[in-house]
Amino acid sequence: MLRRLFVVLAYLSFHGTAFANDAVTTFDLDNGMQVVVIEDHRAPAVVHMVWYRVGSADEPAGTSGIAHYLEHLMFKATENLESGELSATVAANGGSDNAFTSFDYTAYFQRVAADRLPRMMEMEADRMANLRLVEDDIATERDVVIEERNQRTENSPGALFNEQMRAAQFLNHRYGVPIIGWRHEMVNMSLDDAVSFYEQHYGPNNAILVVAGDVYPDDVRALAEEYYGVIPPNPAVVERDRPQEPPQLSERRMVFTDDRVAQPYVVRSYLAPERDPGAQETAAALLMLAELLGGSSATSVMGQKLQFETQTALYTSASYRGLALDDTTFNLVIVPAAGVSLQDAENAMDQVIADFMISDIDQGAMDRIKTQLRASQIYAQDSAQSQARRYGAALTSGLTVEDVQAWPDILQAVTAEDVLAAAELVFDRNNAVTGWLTNGQEVSQ
Amino acid sequence: MIRYIFAFILLAVPVRAEVDIQQVISPGGIKAWLVEEPSIPFMAMDIWFEGGAALDPAGKQGAAFLMMGLLEEGSGDMDARAFAAAQEGLAASFNFDVYDETTIIEAQFLTENRDQSVALLKQALTQPRFDADALERVRAQVLSIIASDEKDPDTIAARAFDRLAFGDHPYAKAIEGTAETVAALTQQDMFDAHARLLTKDRIYIGAVGDITADELGVMLDDLFGSLPVSDGSGVPETTYNLAGGITVIDQPFPQSVALFGHEGIDRDDPDFFAAFILNHVLGGAGFESRLTQEVREERGLTYGIGTYLVGKENANKYMGQVASANDRVAQAIEVVKDEWANAATNGITAEELEAAKLYLTGAYPLRFDGNARIAGILAGMQRQDLPIDYIATRNDKVNAVTLDDVNRVASELLRPEDLHFVVVGQPEGL
Repeated sequence: MLRRLFVVLAYLSFHGTAFANDAVTTFDLDNGMQVVVIEDHRAPAVVHMVWYRVGSADEPAGTSGIAHYLEHLMFKATENLESGELSATVAANGGSDNAFTSFDYTAYFQRVAADRLPRMMEMEADRMANLRLVEDDIATERDVVIEERNQRTENSPGALFNEQMRAAQFLNHRYGVPIIGWRHEMVNMSLDDAVSFYEQHYGPNNAILVVAGDVYPDDVRALAEEYYGVIPPNPAVVERDRPQEPPQLSERRMVFTDDRVAQPYVVRSYLAPERDPGAQETAAALLMLAELLGGSSATSVMGQKLQFETQTALYTSASYRGLALDDTTFNLVIVPAAGVSLQDAENAMDQVIADFMISDIDQGAMDRIKTQLRASQIYAQDSAQSQARRYGAALTSGLTVEDVQAWPDILQAVTAEDVLAAAELVFDRNNAVTGWLTNGQEVSQ
Repeated sequence: MIRYIFAFILLAVPVRAEVDIQQVISPGGIKAWLVEEPSIPFMAMDIWFEGGAALDPAGKQGAAFLMMGLLEEGSGDMDARAFAAAQEGLAASFNFDVYDETTIIEAQFLTENRDQSVALLKQALTQPRFDADALERVRAQVLSIIASDEKDPDTIAARAFDRLAFGDHPYAKAIEGTAETVAALTQQDMFDAHARLLTKDRIYIGAVGDITADELGVMLDDLFGSLPVSDGSGVPETTYNLAGGITVIDQPFPQSVALFGHEGIDRDDPDFFAAFILNHVLGGAGFESRLTQEVREERGLTYGIGTYLVGKENANKYMGQVASANDRVAQAIEVVKDEWANAATNGITAEELEAAKLYLTGAYPLRFDGNARIAGILAGMQRQDLPIDYIATRNDKVNAVTLDDVNRVASELLRPEDLHFVVVGQPEGL
């Protein structure tokens, strides 16, 4: 019955102002923990997530990687659980569990049958307050995260290049430091570093509980009060206020050379505003700009011009990630066709951008993008887990549930003028980093 | 600690997967499995064809891959750009892919414009153009992928292992082809690959979402009725032919990737479920496997290690992978060998068997959590020749395995002396 009601609301929302396609309920516990419940009763499964409003961009200088390292250590012993017991218990219940760390958030989750939810909450609440780290765990797990860096970054020239690009993009903000950490700081991460980061940032008043699947809000509220509601707020938690970027007055350029590169390419990143609570219009226009310029290879401006007409490029894209607490980036990529130099590829890309700025926007293309964005709200309902992630990432990036629900309508309202104004705002080369990834043979061409 | 143990044992009665599958036979005789799920106004459809890149003729390696990449690059009276614009205007999603032995199309259609979306997919399936300009454009993309693969440690390891195990057989060849074979592919090769792979007698269809059985029947005939019949060709016989040992491939990576394995077990073997459980205990998903415990948790030698059973039509492999810094990978390999030998000799414990069953039977119903995922499972079940009531009986098959079964299979399947390691990097001490 409820399900039918939500489907009707979803239909209405395309025409009305309030967007309510999600079966979403939200409330706060007395200790400050925010709760979001997303109902999906198609399968007897649930995903239980706790998101903390802390990520690598909140790390103290000199301890890069500690937020992610602590995420690993959260699977070790607590007052009530032995090291590894939490995951073993999830597995014994037929569930899977994991965690992830980003610049702005750290999240822990389990996927289990819906009737196992109380046990998941009991264990997750336990490690929120009762982590008990010992030196043995520390040393072995530090080796594990160093191997993780080896696997993700050191073995991949593209990842190393991306790391250098970000470091150049952010002059003062911690977004310029890799989430996994700089290797020379990772090798010195200590028990004290991890414990003090935990004590500073973990607690119900810095956490968001997201439960998605075959559950009802009243039941989740009762369980959340029982397991999380009894944990006192952590007085050490303070509002996030990170060092911000100064005015950027000069473009940065880099050539990153690595013999292991098979396919050279050019990346341009521009500093760009993020989605702000109550003011997502500019971000919506930037997202539309990215889609128009380099969303689909066959229909976007860059794809049509560079891949189809001039065949300068094998691949192009424009992308914008609006979910961030502080200023983010807008990125352009061009992978040159065989025989095209990186300089010629970059020039061709810049010419397309320059032409775009003085041309009329293709209204048909914009309508198609809006159609796809609308449809994505329908397709998104197929995965409770991805809906849970959407809310968790937004709420730890400074947005509210209302902002998340208003976003589809704000996207639909973007006009051609908005897109051009956003392009004027973001395409400032003084705010930009241009990087060439090469294997050394390319530069001499 | 004690109370927790009791807590999960009391709770651990696995839920049953409630998936109500109907078999639909279209008026024209095309079969599909359907789960009706009207609560979200769209449907997901997985269309699998028996036969894939392993059917590429000699010298035409990469034909299937390039052909599938071209299906959305021009068909009927539309070129690539017109097709993309039409698809985006409908917000339909099509994904074309090919594997060694299976060709897969995944589609999602909104209910509000389903007929138009189906017509567009039908056009891509039945009237591809393989225009010269599209062929050259996508060929260049494939060549770039091939060049990148040649410098990717995981891919280098996989290719090398299969070359060692299968020699010149198609199982040893890259689905994408080589720079030489792809450069030589012609438009006729594309039409040939299309006729070879997209055939209505080798089709397996799973449909889930906002559609009835009658509506689906009509759709099946419309979409697939005009496809040709296959020539019946199959993958040549082969034997796994690789002795135990270590092959080092020197590449400038600070972390070595070690891919290892030996022969595996057939999906139809009566001992398959025992092997499946054994693998879960030894190197399966999650943090609890012996290899993850010994290599990662105890020694910090890797971020990830896992093993998996690979079943193909004419060969089976039992494979695993680990990545460790060049100065530590030799130690990781020693631990793998020791664990392999230990499990072969001593088997697993009753507690491990019980934990594996709890996990595997509990996790199974959780797979069925979305129209798109269920559509894929339905097509895959048919491709594997599983019965339509398989979902309801599968956990019983897991629970029926005894400790004696697993340990007998461990002693037969696990052969530490036959394990071959392909190590890509600059490993020390190997």
